[in-house]
Amino acid sequence: MAGPGMHSSPKIRIRGLHKSFGEKKVLDGIDLDVPEGTSFVIIGGSGSGKSVLLRCILGLITPDSGSIEIDGKDIVTATSRERAEMIGEIGMLFQNAALFDSLTVWENVAFGLLAPEPRARADRHPRLNRTDAKARAGEILAQVGLDPSVGDLSPAELSGGMQKRVGLARAIADRPEILFFDEPTTGLDPIMGAVIDGLIVDCVKKMGATAIAITHDMASAQRIGDEAAMLYHGRLIWQGAAASLMNSGNDMVNQFTHGYRDGPISMELRR
Amino acid sequence: MRGFDVERVAGYAVVRILSCHAAAAAGVFADSMNAISDVVRWIGRFVIFSMRGAGGVALFAAEGLSHVVRPPYYGRVFAAALLDTGFLSLPVVALTALFSGGVIALQSYTGFAQYHAQSAIANIVVLAVTRELGPVLAGLMVAGRVGAAMAAEIGTMRVTDQIDALTTLRTNPMKYLVTPRLLAGLIALPFLVMVADVLGVAGGFTVAVVKLGFAPNSYITATLNALTIEDVTVGLVKAAVFGFIITLMGCYYGYNSRGGAEGVGSSTTSAVVAASILLLAFDYLLTDLFFAQ
Repeated sequence: MAGPGMHSSPKIRIRGLHKSFGEKKVLDGIDLDVPEGTSFVIIGGSGSGKSVLLRCILGLITPDSGSIEIDGKDIVTATSRERAEMIGEIGMLFQNAALFDSLTVWENVAFGLLAPEPRARADRHPRLNRTDAKARAGEILAQVGLDPSVGDLSPAELSGGMQKRVGLARAIADRPEILFFDEPTTGLDPIMGAVIDGLIVDCVKKMGATAIAITHDMASAQRIGDEAAMLYHGRLIWQGAAASLMNSGNDMVNQFTHGYRDGPISMELRR
Repeated sequence: MRGFDVERVAGYAVVRILSCHAAAAAGVFADSMNAISDVVRWIGRFVIFSMRGAGGVALFAAEGLSHVVRPPYYGRVFAAALLDTGFLSLPVVALTALFSGGVIALQSYTGFAQYHAQSAIANIVVLAVTRELGPVLAGLMVAGRVGAAMAAEIGTMRVTDQIDALTTLRTNPMKYLVTPRLLAGLIALPFLVMVADVLGVAGGFTVAVVKLGFAPNSYITATLNALTIEDVTVGLVKAAVFGFIITLMGCYYGYNSRGGAEGVGSSTTSAVVAASILLLAFDYLLTDLFFAQ
């Protein structure tokens, strides 16, 4: 949707992205520019291709065609080493937090700090020893509103909201340049959802990171996003300011954001 | 007219019967051809499925092993896998070997006593334990305990996005999850089998001395005389192969889990079944390779 030239050098630039699983077209020609320092929200119904789009950008799924450039480098055609370095600049908060069960909370948070660095990053981010990494994990846990003593617990001992916070702490621990959020408030009560959104905004603004969040929580989308777009049947059908999501002037977006049963979007229900 | 009618009717009837037979025969032929083509199609699908599966496992194993010579290394993960595969499997392997050695002594006494060949019992026990029962029983026990646990753990990581999370944290999942476990299986099983060998022979000794009235010194002497380095070495080689197979199956099925809890459950079952069958098949192949005249 974003026209070329809208920003001179977008942090993330996607052109003609297609992905199908068998007969099902999930992404059908996505064009998108995400300027540096922007918090971009993608909304859309279940199965509209939001998660697949995010996983394509992360290099976890290979698209059928199209290009995904991060800082001008195409992740699709990059070598595995280059791709690993590019993914190393991205922090990700997964929908269910995806914390490692076999590690303690602080080991989860510090996982990226303890991971062996590719040579290109090693100069900027020296690898920490376990003592320093644990101390750093405590600081990051405090940043997301958790007591550092939580660090010695296992992820299974935490509530859903605490797990999301730990997932957020893990995503920002290595100060990545890009942050992805996959349904950050799903499964949380409205207050905890607002708390997580607030933490996301704080972290993104403080770090000056470029962020992409996918969600179908409208309140969350407006809290997190500067810009927003709607994905429907594998295509971006609208893009604009996140603040205008509830009065976009687009019938499909209106139906989706207000939750109207009748409208141009018909649910595929079998009777 | 009447005769003519009869002939016509009879002729018509014959033609009808013949055409019916021809149609029926054609139908039977078509059915047979369909059945044959169904069988051929089924065999074709099975062969393609098997080849694809074997190729997938081979590539997975090659990639897992390739990281052995490519740093970085995850020493903590390897140590944890070694502890789990080796040390924590000791009780179950030890008990299995102890009782199996005793059972062999008892059963072979029942058979050999008829021919006054009881003196061969020590030979039988030590040969059976070091060549076959030690590696095979330890392997099957570890397949049930460790192979299932690996498939369940890695499968759960797959369906809860933890493996994708590893990638986003600059960690190669194969290097972090698979390679340390393959190495642990390769190293831990021979040690477990050494313990199983000792305890299996001890089980046979205990039954022979306590229950069957053998003299301890003569039983030990007979055991030492029958024991060869080759038997023990081949048993340990088998153990290393079995350890690799068990951890490979656990990692492969876990890594390729799909579809939530049910998918993880079926991956776990597949890992144990595949490991057990491959283990017995490779036992035969290795026995044939090392001991066939």
